[in-house]
Amino acid sequence: MNIIEKILAKASGKDEVTPGEIVEASVDVAMIHDLTGPLTIESFRKIGARKVWDNKRIVVIFDHLVPANSERAAKLHSIVREFVAEQKIENFYDVGRGGICHQVMPEKGHVRPGELIVGADSHTCTYGAFGAFATGIGATDMAAVFATGALWLKVPSVIKVNVEGRFQRYVTPKDLILNMMGEIKADGAIYKGIEFAGSTVRNMSVDGRMTMCNMAIEVSAKTGIVEPDETTLNYIKERTNKPFQIFENDHDSAYEKILNLDVTNMEPQVSCPHSVDNVKPVSEVADVSIDQAFIGSCTNGRIEDLRLAASFLKGKKVRNGVRMIVVPASREVYLQALQEGLLEIFLKAGAIVGNPTCGPCLGGHLGLLAPGEICISSSNRNFVGRMGSPKAKVYLASPITVAASAITGKITNPRELEA
Amino acid sequence: MISGKAIKYGNNVNTDVIIPAKYLVLTLDPAELAKHAMEGLDPTFFRKAQGGVIIVAGRNFGCGSSREEAPLALKHAGAKCVLAESFARIFYRNAINLGVPVLECSGVSDNVEDGDELMVNLETGLIENRSKGLTLRATQLPEFIMEILNDGGLIEHLKKRGIK
Repeated sequence: MNIIEKILAKASGKDEVTPGEIVEASVDVAMIHDLTGPLTIESFRKIGARKVWDNKRIVVIFDHLVPANSERAAKLHSIVREFVAEQKIENFYDVGRGGICHQVMPEKGHVRPGELIVGADSHTCTYGAFGAFATGIGATDMAAVFATGALWLKVPSVIKVNVEGRFQRYVTPKDLILNMMGEIKADGAIYKGIEFAGSTVRNMSVDGRMTMCNMAIEVSAKTGIVEPDETTLNYIKERTNKPFQIFENDHDSAYEKILNLDVTNMEPQVSCPHSVDNVKPVSEVADVSIDQAFIGSCTNGRIEDLRLAASFLKGKKVRNGVRMIVVPASREVYLQALQEGLLEIFLKAGAIVGNPTCGPCLGGHLGLLAPGEICISSSNRNFVGRMGSPKAKVYLASPITVAASAITGKITNPRELEA
Repeated sequence: MISGKAIKYGNNVNTDVIIPAKYLVLTLDPAELAKHAMEGLDPTFFRKAQGGVIIVAGRNFGCGSSREEAPLALKHAGAKCVLAESFARIFYRNAINLGVPVLECSGVSDNVEDGDELMVNLETGLIENRSKGLTLRATQLPEFIMEILNDGGLIEHLKKRGIK
């Protein structure tokens, strides 16, 4: 069995599972946020459930509309707060306490290898970076999990993506995952798992692996996963003391398909409007003028992302006419960036630094786009209307390409700007 | 049996266009959500869907976010059923959980036009295009999914079955 099959076998109390099989799986951790929480709670009550199956396995994180940007949002927050108090849920990260859920979950020790984790958010697949099986579900599914601790899952077939080669300067895991999306296409992994392997992934930091797994959903995959190794364990052991089980692929693991990628000659990549798989090398889209540059989100708002962007922006200015927004993914990332002087670099360059939130990425708040405007963003989706007006355009790129573009006012290959 | 006129869309219809994020604060008000269903792609959808329609689409319908408000808005706007070449899995689950049938049907985009009169048999997976006089075969839904649909969605299903 491969690692995904092993985790699902354990979660469903079986010795073996095969792709296509439907299993009733026990959930280790379940997460909701401020925007999917209210409907989950409403469905939970409609089911007639009174008490959650295990209040220690539930994590509640406010991140989408924080601080509340409207009276309606404030009301939704209060509904969730009441539920948290009623069910005595201790793992609760209110406004100002956590940050973006997919950063806070591993940071605060709620993710461990070998676990089955579900979240009422599509980017829950991020935790595959730690060797967990993690996937997004909707509110009513989550209500059923809250009530029973279990849900049905179809064991997915798996695409293995083997990555070799060393990244060139200013080429990052984000460029790699964008490139892969161009290969696999937006509908190329429906109901499948994606396993990232190969020496490039082995040499990748936790932050980079999270960026990769985070975007598995953008090719419609059920999850992305990386086999746990020393890098994983060094991170996990600092953050949790609960026991966990490490699963590894058998030598004869079966895969539906193996995709080999080499990053050696890869240049920075850009995903063009309005589809995530419309991916081109940055040189082919250079000179597109931008109105806004955004660095943040569960995809690329981590400390490494901010360090790279800051190293590029140090002593430089965001071009007149361009608005640059930087949003650290969590309170911990924010504090670290503050201590390292990164926030000062952003502010001096003319960027605005926002509080940890999903806000701009989903067109929620803190920097929406007007009709006709163009944004280059380190986030994960460039759908019509995603970041504001349906007549705006979003280009997805790495934080460093976003930083370079903010300086010149047009989409820019960071390697050219350096010279 | 489900019958109704087809409203047709293309590939990769994502949940951000099905219900743009700015309306998600209406999460507990399905009637209001419904007024904005498909707004990002087809602002006339709500008007056209009144009285009941069958949505027909290409590949990967409902991709993107996990927002259950997407099938919720479609349901309350009048979508009786969604037929597509393929579905994104979270949307697929969400729709079933809300009691909205979703059927995978290879060739449905090529054989149905906007406005065609359709008749869908969930038990057999047979789709009759009455306007064109042809029959298509969708992938049959597994029994446990049919049970959820017949109960009217996951909430009713769990109530009926009792929580373990």
